[in-house]
Amino acid sequence: MNDLTSGLKRRRATDKVATGVVYLTALIAIIPLVSILIVVFSRGIAAINAEFFTSTMRNISPRREGGGIFHAFIGTLEQVGVATLIAVPVGIMVAIFLVEYGSRGKLAAAVSFFVDVMTGVPSIVAGLFIYTCFILTFGFDRSGFAAALSLTILMLPVVVRTAEEMLKLVPMDLREASYALGVPKWVTIIKIVIPTALSGIITGVMLAVARVAGETAPLLLTTFMTQSLNLDVFSGPQAAIPTFVWDQIANGTNPSMDRAWAGALVLIVLVAVIYIVAKVLAARFAPKSK
Amino acid sequence: MAKRIDISDLDAYYGNFLAVEDVNLAIEPRQVTAFIGPSGCGKSTLLRTLNRMHEVIPGAYVDGKVAFDGEDIYAEDVDPVNVRRLIGMVFQRPNPFPTMSIAGNVVAGLKLDRGRKVKKSEFDDIVERSLRGANLWDEVKDRLDRPGAGLSGGQQQRLCIARAIAVQPQVLLMDEPCSALDPISTLAIEDLVRELREDYTIVIVTHNMQQAARISDTTAFFNLAAVGEPGKLIEAGPTQQMFSNPANKATEDYVTGRFG
Ligand SMILES: Nc1ncnc2c1ncn2[C@@H]1O[C@H](COP(=O)(O)OP(=O)(O)O)[C@@H](O)[C@H]1O
Ligand SMILES: [Mg+2]
Repeated sequence: MNDLTSGLKRRRATDKVATGVVYLTALIAIIPLVSILIVVFSRGIAAINAEFFTSTMRNISPRREGGGIFHAFIGTLEQVGVATLIAVPVGIMVAIFLVEYGSRGKLAAAVSFFVDVMTGVPSIVAGLFIYTCFILTFGFDRSGFAAALSLTILMLPVVVRTAEEMLKLVPMDLREASYALGVPKWVTIIKIVIPTALSGIITGVMLAVARVAGETAPLLLTTFMTQSLNLDVFSGPQAAIPTFVWDQIANGTNPSMDRAWAGALVLIVLVAVIYIVAKVLAARFAPKSK
Repeated sequence: MAKRIDISDLDAYYGNFLAVEDVNLAIEPRQVTAFIGPSGCGKSTLLRTLNRMHEVIPGAYVDGKVAFDGEDIYAEDVDPVNVRRLIGMVFQRPNPFPTMSIAGNVVAGLKLDRGRKVKKSEFDDIVERSLRGANLWDEVKDRLDRPGAGLSGGQQQRLCIARAIAVQPQVLLMDEPCSALDPISTLAIEDLVRELREDYTIVIVTHNMQQAARISDTTAFFNLAAVGEPGKLIEAGPTQQMFSNPANKATEDYVTGRFG
């Protein structure tokens, strides 16, 4: 054995062991995820049929089979939709303020601090806040809108933080190139900075959407739930997929449990669809070089 | 359309740090003026004060006067956006907009700046004229709708020049436009600068002595006493004289390659 080959065997062995450990850890991390998917799919598929997607639970006794998730699906779409409509523009504007305008000011530091605090707010606290503020103090009725407000509180910090990170990634060079053409700062932000960061911002927004789509606790406090379809997001209790699942589990009968699993399956697929749409949109808006 | 620039008693700061001190210099129209000097002597800083890009950096400000055909661009009521419309800039690193096509990059300044009021129907002509002006037309005419970021470094830099001249500025500032480029692209850009000189007032920062000698009419030499000290203008004059018979010892040492 000479100097050039010394220790090679040992190094190769170490390398193999390390690689093995990494693969094993990855495998262990995947197990819970895969088993959740398997269980939800195998148990949820039983109650899935056309009726499940097109009907509500109105006048369906818990002991009976049938009924569906339509009212909850609409509720989730409306609540998450309204929350997104509020959280995305506000969140992006806050991020623009932090990155483009406030970078070293006291106000920016304060805003940044509160965004951090909001990130850690448990979802039930967001629900309680809207409940005490919007419903008890201001006297509004329970509504899908109140639920959307609580979801907004949960989405906002995620949107702000991802948008902020993405805006920071936009090279200063591009802003300067734009200024040097005689383009005002706000046009530069809207036409150069945002489009360059758009792909990442979309991913962040979609992940925030996916995260709040499964929230249950704040909905129970702000809109509670109902067995019927309520299209009006601004008044009265509204169903949602997570509260549908919660309600069916609470019933405890076999047909209800089937519906609960089916609801969970719909929720997972919905989140997966959101995730795929995010990936496609992000790729579509990513800066290209080819 | 080329105009002259007169710099008087100019100090440029980054926060408390005085980066360039007491510059007095006249930049003649339809000439190429080269800024030379060792790293950190404030060439880029001074260049950026000429179109008010310096103040874009947080905390950076300027004291003194820069007159653009007699009008002080640092006067109270002057909008820096208007200054930059008239005085274009090409940066050290090529920086095409990554979300835009080649053609989109060229007309970006016209599209984004509503004050310019250029009709959409004129865009095609402007794209061709600007790309021809930047000696890039033949290389890209078949792929104008492809992303600008897909070009080579030298092509990207010429695209940036096309973008800068598309808005028809009166002065073109270039900060070491060739420092990131290969020799062939560098020659292409030097040729281009010589052509642009017919129509524009050009100020170019360069690290490359031969380049300054090749393309400039006037050369300004900057130096700094020590790191942390402000950069100063040592002397300026016709390029030939600056390279053959400079008045100052430091200039002679620098242009003959004895330091820097
Ligand atoms: N953004 C900045 N913030 C603080 N100091 C800077 C900045 N840019 C340049 N400087 C300083 O200003 C001085 C001049 O720099 P610069 O103009 O870039 O020199 P040159 O272009 O001649 O190499 C240097 O001391 C440099 O460190
Ligand atoms: Mg420089």
